[in-house]
Amino acid sequence: MEAFLFYFFFVMAIGAAVGVVLSKSPVGSLLFMVTTLFAISAEFVLLEAHFLAAVQVIVYAGAIMVLFLFVIMLLNLGHDYRQDLRVGVFSLAWVVVVSAMAGVVGWRTRGGEGLAASGAGAQEIQAALEQYGAVGAIAQPLYTTYVVPFEITGILLLVAIVGALVLAKRNA
Amino acid sequence: MMVEQTLFLSAALFIIGTFGVLVRRNAIIMFLCIELQLNAVNVAFVALSNVWGIDGQVFVFFVMTVAAAEAAVGLAIIISIFRHYQTVDVDNFNLLKW
Repeated sequence: MEAFLFYFFFVMAIGAAVGVVLSKSPVGSLLFMVTTLFAISAEFVLLEAHFLAAVQVIVYAGAIMVLFLFVIMLLNLGHDYRQDLRVGVFSLAWVVVVSAMAGVVGWRTRGGEGLAASGAGAQEIQAALEQYGAVGAIAQPLYTTYVVPFEITGILLLVAIVGALVLAKRNA
Repeated sequence: MMVEQTLFLSAALFIIGTFGVLVRRNAIIMFLCIELQLNAVNVAFVALSNVWGIDGQVFVFFVMTVAAAEAAVGLAIIISIFRHYQTVDVDNFNLLKW
């Protein structure tokens, strides 16, 4: 069952990501992107990252994508159907890169015992989930080991707010 | 846990995002494709947190914050460019092109 769900959302994420690139209308692209984000969120649940799955839906699909939609509608780009795709040499390069990647991944994972068996990460996460719960498991390292980056992130957000306001303001 | 398959998903999403940035000329779609690339990196972090511990999930938290800040500033830049040129087609912005 878990494997079926994994591959279902795998195909959904990649299909919708292709839709983001190929969709003619910007709003269509955006809705495909939301589908991709939901599929990625489902993969996060299957990988024991429950809190991140919730944050993915609330912050990414909820806040950032609405910001994009707001800008698309503000600039009135909804019915701009001019074909702006530049396929050609890029498609050829893409096919080469994908086959090279598939070759590398296939070669690296052939007949091995797998990455999951080589580390203690899964047990560590299970223990943290049982001891602190889904949110506490992230909060514990975030507020101890990574407290300085966390504070810097706060400053970054403040700078981004001020910068966005200054950039989007009409010249007085 | 299917770590290898998830890494494959991450690589595929990253390549699709790169492809989108290269082939599309609409600045907002290019920006969406950059978000797709950031998400691909997040998927890799979460997959590898199942191998090396929970630190990977903390990094995903930081990546999401940077993505939110980047989206706010980037969209403000796009609005300001649109006010100036009345288009978001990047073929028209060649001020910094040499």
